[in-house]
Amino acid sequence: MSTESTTPRDDTSSRFDRIDRSRVALYAVLLGMVAFYLAPLESGFMTAFKTTDGFRATTPFAPPPAGEFTLGAWQLAFDRLSTGLVNSAMMAIPATILSAFFGSIAAYGLTNLSWRGQIGVLALFVAGVFIPYQAVLVPLTQFWSFVDLGTRIPLAFVDDYQGLINLSITHTAYGIPICTVLFRAYYATIDEEMIEAARLDGASAATIYRRIILPLSVPIFAVTLIYQFTQVWNDLLFAIVLVSDPSNRVVTVALNQLQGSFVQQYNLQMAGAFIAALPTLIVYVLFGEQFAKGVAGET
Amino acid sequence: MFDRIRRSLSKRRGADDGSHRERGDNAGDAPSDGLRADGGTAAEPDSASLATRLRRSQFLESLPFWGPPGFLVLLFVYGAIGWNFVISLTGWEGLGQPNYSELSTEAYTTLLTDASFIAAFRNTIVLLLVFTVLSLIVGLVLAILVDRQIRFENTFRTIYLLPMSLSFVVTAIFWSWMYNPRIGLINESIRGVVGVIDSAVFWTTVELGFLTQAWLDDPRFKLAAIIFALMWQFSGYCMVVYLAGLRAIPSAQYEAARIDGASAVRVYRRVIIPQLGASTMSAAVVLMVFALKAFDFLFVLFGVNPGSSADILAVMMYRVAFDRLQWAYGSAVAMVLFVMALSVIGPYLYLQYRRGEL
Repeated sequence: MSTESTTPRDDTSSRFDRIDRSRVALYAVLLGMVAFYLAPLESGFMTAFKTTDGFRATTPFAPPPAGEFTLGAWQLAFDRLSTGLVNSAMMAIPATILSAFFGSIAAYGLTNLSWRGQIGVLALFVAGVFIPYQAVLVPLTQFWSFVDLGTRIPLAFVDDYQGLINLSITHTAYGIPICTVLFRAYYATIDEEMIEAARLDGASAATIYRRIILPLSVPIFAVTLIYQFTQVWNDLLFAIVLVSDPSNRVVTVALNQLQGSFVQQYNLQMAGAFIAALPTLIVYVLFGEQFAKGVAGET
Repeated sequence: MFDRIRRSLSKRRGADDGSHRERGDNAGDAPSDGLRADGGTAAEPDSASLATRLRRSQFLESLPFWGPPGFLVLLFVYGAIGWNFVISLTGWEGLGQPNYSELSTEAYTTLLTDASFIAAFRNTIVLLLVFTVLSLIVGLVLAILVDRQIRFENTFRTIYLLPMSLSFVVTAIFWSWMYNPRIGLINESIRGVVGVIDSAVFWTTVELGFLTQAWLDDPRFKLAAIIFALMWQFSGYCMVVYLAGLRAIPSAQYEAARIDGASAVRVYRRVIIPQLGASTMSAAVVLMVFALKAFDFLFVLFGVNPGSSADILAVMMYRVAFDRLQWAYGSAVAMVLFVMALSVIGPYLYLQYRRGEL
């Protein structure tokens, strides 16, 4: 309670009014932005449940009118994308795990062990995050046609999935820089005295990594795995360049083809978009916090 | 959260760098005076001191850890870029193999007079600048709003960042529907608003029909429509970066300014926003580099031919190399992109290094 206040009642009540009004305005703007960010998803979702006549006759964000509700678009889209979903998972999961592992050991070697010139090596890793992939596309196609895993490794599996294996390895390699950056920011906060103490006890660098660093890395592994999985799953560029065999098509490529072959079928396109996005959407809804940390750590 | 980590890291790194530069010794090791005696000339160290230095520096110990991933990065990133440069000099076209015996810079001189390259270059610059500035502004506003002790903060943040988790293939399909000239949501909304205005302004008929456009077909609006959609996808990312920056500012500063009687707008303009320089810079770098390589979104909407009003270098590179099979020419376009990216990240990394934040 202010004792010096000369006009106690009126002033405070009007101030509360003002605060209230500004709070209301604040929430109104926040909700307006929610509408802005969700409008494309919401109208896409509604459209996916409408028949062709339905989405032509109604506003995109309105729910399907009676008689115009259908699951047909979802069924057809799923048929078109199911192989792609499996292929994407087979390609993205190993690539994600490998990148995260490589990123972890690289960050350990460049952060918790110290040696002259490591900043220079680190700079090369960090710069790798920002490379425009266009600058490596032509050599990449050359490289994989020289390597030609299918004929070098006479296994039916390798022959069948050559494109996916190439793509997976490629994503692993280009994922290492960002994973290293994410792990490094985390490892730099680990108490050096603990590592020093272990070293004085005679523990080797490998033992320290296994016994101390790795158990402490669980949260940052979660961040990196979630972020990197989303990145690899969502990519289109590497997939269209490196995979030619239709049976090896990943889901982003399949979705792009679905869109190209059903131009005005918006219900089908929307259903396809949601099916292709579903794994990343689930990951995002469950682990949004980790995703946000991964995104922020990119800088 | 990451900002705090970075800050504590920067302190340590800063200290390390100091010792690094003046001693030429490895960072992080406890300063030992044993080596200081053998002077500054590291030209011919005797084998014993080299061995001790190697052991002390943990270089060999660390090699198995960063070596294999480093090899992959060296091969796939730097090796490939070098190879790409060589290919750009070969004049390689069609289905055969490149001939590395005759190299010339012809591809680059052709670029200078290629009208489609000049258009793509200009569009890339426009995209890079407008998209970056727009996303930063929206992200900053969002961050400030979200930072005002709101309820359900997590929910709001999650929704704003949601588009960032989607593939460009997915978002391009959403936006092609949004922008549909006849029944898309954008034009439907505009028609709705125009209808309200028309009925409100009853004394005259306002002709506002021109506000509904074929956004993705009309050369005048294509690039703007793309930038708007990409802003939708990336502004949440900017919000996250700015939010981390805002949270790192001690709340005492808000309090002090408030007690001085400054209005909220003034507090932000004079006290808070000037301190977000580091957040702005790192977000801007990420956005600009993204704008350079933005390919997926345009490719899904327009295929390899977005038309000269929306063509960007990333799409042109793909079209030239993988559609027309002019590999060398495509590689040259890619080198231009690479140099552009380098001119953004080079100064950034150098600044980070100088500030001890690398």
